[in-house]
Amino acid sequence: MTSEFFFGHLNYWLFIILMMTGLYIVVAKGNLVKKIVGLNIFQTSVFMFYISIGNVTGGTAPIFPLDMKIDPDVIYSNPLPHVLILTAIVVGVATTALGLALIVRIREEFGTIEEDALLELEHEIARKVSDQHGEAMGGRHSGD
Amino acid sequence: MRHHLILRVVTKLLVGTIILFGLYVQFHGDFSPGGGFQAGVIIAVAFILYGVVFSLDQVQRVFPPWLVHKLVALGLLLYAGTGLFSFMRGFRYLDYAAFDPHHPSHGQHYGILLVEAGVGITVTGVMVAIYYAFAARTPVISDEEW
Amino acid sequence: MVLTALAVVRMRSLFAVVMLSGIFTLLSALLFVTMDAVDVAFTEAAVGAGITTVLMLGTLALTSRHERPTARSPLIPLFVVFVTGAALIYGTMDMPNFGDPTAPAQTHVGADYIARTPEEIDLPNMVTAVLASYRGYDTLGEVAVVFTAGIGVLLLISGLRRRRRKDEDNEGSA
Repeated sequence: MTSEFFFGHLNYWLFIILMMTGLYIVVAKGNLVKKIVGLNIFQTSVFMFYISIGNVTGGTAPIFPLDMKIDPDVIYSNPLPHVLILTAIVVGVATTALGLALIVRIREEFGTIEEDALLELEHEIARKVSDQHGEAMGGRHSGD
Repeated sequence: MRHHLILRVVTKLLVGTIILFGLYVQFHGDFSPGGGFQAGVIIAVAFILYGVVFSLDQVQRVFPPWLVHKLVALGLLLYAGTGLFSFMRGFRYLDYAAFDPHHPSHGQHYGILLVEAGVGITVTGVMVAIYYAFAARTPVISDEEW
Repeated sequence: MVLTALAVVRMRSLFAVVMLSGIFTLLSALLFVTMDAVDVAFTEAAVGAGITTVLMLGTLALTSRHERPTARSPLIPLFVVFVTGAALIYGTMDMPNFGDPTAPAQTHVGADYIARTPEEIDLPNMVTAVLASYRGYDTLGEVAVVFTAGIGVLLLISGLRRRRRKDEDNEGSA
């Protein structure tokens, strides 16, 4: 492993560490708002990964001079990842808003935004439902 | 936050400037960083700032919810309509050369301007609509609590 | 940035978490500027630091402001995270160096867009040219997604209030 290889790949590794931090928050934390924050961190590190792929050493931002006198020696960064990520950011905030709206509704319906408490509630509801159905079934059987 | 005098005065000064900057970003986006997405967000931020510092009622008097909801759809229709227009003129869908068949690059300028306007309108509308939806439910919190 | 992210993991106060995520976004916007992506940095700063923070604070006001500690052990998530991370890092071994001009990503459509924009579109900002013209379909789709998400939020939050009020009216009249 040469030092050139190491420093050439260090940025990817840092983004992966960030990505995994976000993933850890999503998987391990029970609070739904925190999960959304973790998802955002994950998302942002994927964006950075894309942009770093489009970067060119010695390049500049992909904007021509205003008078369109283009100097062929100037190297521009790849505009394609920029476009993809630009739209992804705005879509990302819209989906984040959707997730937050879901959280607000969950809180109104169940009074909590902790995953554990929600799971307990869900089990309770399932138990109640099965109790009711069990009685109904039992009643029919006894009628036979 | 009605009793914070400094915030209110500064907001009044800023809101206009932010909207102006948003329009600059929108229409100068062809020449410098910017475009419909950024402009939409910036203009929405101006309304959100106004709503946060003053009150939801006041911002909704300036920018009523029915108008916001119409704008959301209008932007997307403008974008899709641009495509249909070039379709009607016998070009491919979203081929902006249809706007000026003799100078394809001029046609591109018009097409990009229209499409970016569509993007900006939709993004502004969606962001403001989401803010209205959240703010309409927020219980009134006294400033000491924050 | 890694420090900010780790702080988010540890913090229990959700208010602080939201503020830290705003700082995280601003830092990432700076990073985008250094990687020549000015348009992206612009968007990230406006969206991440502005809209997302406001929305998250709005949600906190509607829900709770503190996180309850979980009883579950963090071992299994840690294991999952490490395995995934190792697999991804193994995947980067074959990638070209950072900023390599001969990387596959630079040599195909990217270079083509840069070469053709001056003649065909004649606009200085290549990002806008690619966004609105060469990739017009993509952007149309993205706008449709934003539109759908907005409608979804409206349906989830504001539509229901009206229904509930109607329900209460019915109850009152009944």
